Amino acid sequence: MFKSGKKSRLSNEVNASSMADIAFLLLIFFLVTTTILEDKGVLVLLPPWSEEEPDIQKLNERNVYGILVNANNQLLVRNEPMRIDQLKENTKKFISNPNNQPNLAETPKKAIISLKHDRGTKYEAYLAVYNEIKAAYRELRDTEAEAEYGRKYEYLARWQRDSIRSAIPLIISEAEPTDFGEE
Amino acid sequence: MARFGKKKGKEMPAISTASLPDIIFMLLFFFMVVTVMRESEALVKVITPQASELTKLERKSLVNTILIGQPSGKYRDIYGTKPRMQLNDKIAELNEIPLFLQQHKEGVPEPQRGAITTSMRIDGDVTMGIVQDVKQRLRKAGQLKINYSAKTKTEE
Repeated sequence: MFKSGKKSRLSNEVNASSMADIAFLLLIFFLVTTTILEDKGVLVLLPPWSEEEPDIQKLNERNVYGILVNANNQLLVRNEPMRIDQLKENTKKFISNPNNQPNLAETPKKAIISLKHDRGTKYEAYLAVYNEIKAAYRELRDTEAEAEYGRKYEYLARWQRDSIRSAIPLIISEAEPTDFGEE
Repeated sequence: MARFGKKKGKEMPAISTASLPDIIFMLLFFFMVVTVMRESEALVKVITPQASELTKLERKSLVNTILIGQPSGKYRDIYGTKPRMQLNDKIAELNEIPLFLQQHKEGVPEPQRGAITTSMRIDGDVTMGIVQDVKQRLRKAGQLKINYSAKTKTEE
């Protein structure tokens, strides 16, 4: 009895061998409960609020690329039906107008995409269209950047980006949706 | 000689595990700092659509999130099956958006307020009607930078 008391006084350190176990337990708890939540998506800049509708009629018709997504998620581009996988190429053709056709945009600067949808349009379809338009612009900017600076758009310096962006601005005009198909 | 033999036996000592707790603690702190606890439970079902033109939202403190989708599971009895909007941790009406934005804004230092982004986590099956209404409120409130949350497109 006396001996054991002496022993405990001699080694009065806290036994730390279970510390690792405790820390492991905590670590595993955090590993399991937390998700490294990544938030990514399609970045959009909305136009500032104004009472009157922008008057698209004033614009030269050749510069406006009207896209309509109806309540059945079908596309109507310049009054002609189109599939979603054709949209990117056609949009690119419209903006850059390589052969100077009279019905496509004068210059990329003047090109305007007019996007219209119904209240019953599925969000998925709307985002797919928006995504295709953004993809078309990104590819155009990439080719322009390659030609001008020999690098892709996202690797350019800020002033270079600005100059490309002002040469090919992304202008999407969204009209008030029509009331078809609302649940 | 006997002593010498004893010493020789100690040539291969057990690996000291004394530093193991420190290493584990380091990992633990790393995970505690890196991970963000989900502060609110999702009351609506949101399966975001796929897209290819994605931008990553870097600064969590400059992001506020609006969820739109069908009320999930048990909340369907209370809120019905029509798509609803969720702010923070409750289903909200459209006119609560300005207050929600203002409350978030007050927690952000003045110079960074222009960079606030609204992350719209919207279910792919929702119709554009409610999305349009929310967008209009955001425009009226002057919150123009929005991000339609989406998943990376997987090629079929």
